[in-house]
Amino acid sequence: MPGQGASVPVGVGRPGRWRIATVVDTRWETPRARTLRLDVGDLGGGVAFLAGQHVLLRLTAPDGYTAQRSYSIASAPSPAPAPSSPPATAVPGGSRVVELTVERLPGGEVSEFLCDEVRVGDELEVRGPIGRWFVWQGDEPVVCVGGGSGTVPLMAMLRQARAAGRPELVRLLVSARRPEDLYYAGELPGPEVTVVWTREAPPGTTREPGRLRATDLAAVLGGQGDEGRTVFVCGSPPFCDAVTDLLAGLGVPATRVRVERFGPSG
Amino acid sequence: MHVTRGFTGRGRAGRDPRLPPGQYDARDDWPVLNAEPTPRLGTDRWTFTVEGLVARETTWTWDEIRSLPTSRYEGDIHCVTSWSKLGMTFTGVSVDVLLEAAVPDPAAAFVTAVSHTGYTTNLPLADVRYGKAWVVWEAQGSALTPEHGGPARLLVPHLYFWKSAKWVSGLRLSAEDEQGFWERNGYHDRGDPWREQRYQGDD
Repeated sequence: MPGQGASVPVGVGRPGRWRIATVVDTRWETPRARTLRLDVGDLGGGVAFLAGQHVLLRLTAPDGYTAQRSYSIASAPSPAPAPSSPPATAVPGGSRVVELTVERLPGGEVSEFLCDEVRVGDELEVRGPIGRWFVWQGDEPVVCVGGGSGTVPLMAMLRQARAAGRPELVRLLVSARRPEDLYYAGELPGPEVTVVWTREAPPGTTREPGRLRATDLAAVLGGQGDEGRTVFVCGSPPFCDAVTDLLAGLGVPATRVRVERFGPSG
Repeated sequence: MHVTRGFTGRGRAGRDPRLPPGQYDARDDWPVLNAEPTPRLGTDRWTFTVEGLVARETTWTWDEIRSLPTSRYEGDIHCVTSWSKLGMTFTGVSVDVLLEAAVPDPAAAFVTAVSHTGYTTNLPLADVRYGKAWVVWEAQGSALTPEHGGPARLLVPHLYFWKSAKWVSGLRLSAEDEQGFWERNGYHDRGDPWREQRYQGDD
């Protein structure tokens, strides 16, 4: 129940102040989505974040005009440092490098700039991490359901579970239109990941392309002993509404469902 | 100021002065941001209650609240996730009418808006009085849809939109400020978009 809030360690998830991040790498995930790898630097002390959180990114024109948007973090949080080893950043458990994946929206003032203009070495202002509700603490078994760009914060959860050697904690169901639209296609495959194609499936797929169905969800919700899994749902508002209606139909209580709706944000 | 190499800001050309800093015009889109599944609430069992530090705790049914004098808000709304919508029209009842019936105690200084889902958000009482807040059931001339908070939501358009609780079930008046759902999760207690009060600690 949202009124009870999420329990998040004090100091994690505070947005803090704007800081400068340097673009250290970029890559295209799909023809319309680009990942930016950002180094927040030693002076920034790293970013202590939880999988599921997002950051604000701000662009400033020479005359002072600014535009800012929210982008989910796709990379996994750093594991908490071992007591004997010196931390890599000034923030315990902080990550010096974070990855964001930006969907290029036609006409989007910010997303087109980030996809078309930004290059390695550029400096961008970021603030975050933000969000203390749609977050995974990293130890509880969960089910994740993502549509399109809604895969991004769920990827942080999957990556964290795999890096910790506990891939069974995160069961991920991804809905994509066609093969060229799938984010992280090279990295997703694994026994804990299911991809559902809505328009066009790759050769050899037995399921007919089509919208996510109750049977798709039932398969990842599992059976006995899995009733307690929290379900994270992320995607466009219609996608999230469709999924939460299906979940309700399957008897999953609303109190177990956490939703992040991605509105258009150019 | 840290200028971004190569960024000129196409969006600034003709930037509408009604947009607070850091906001963009969502135009025909009305993005939806909820932390929880959209509830399907029937009007047959819907109620709205003003309680707490009031002389007369009062509950209205759907038919009762609909029989109160209606008023309209025509203007802009601003979401903390940085979209704004300009020139919106909402119809409902002024919170002043509801408070007048319940008679706030002079010691009341804050209000918690409560939803049928359990969602809460806190506001200074002054921010919902004297023509600044409504309980609305129509947007753009049509019944408010469930994803936008229907059958009725709070509307406090001069603050960020998470203060405008969807699926609102009542107002609880108190002497002390008690943080609501997003406020406990790091968002600002007041949320004035013109001062960019997005997160706890913003001025």
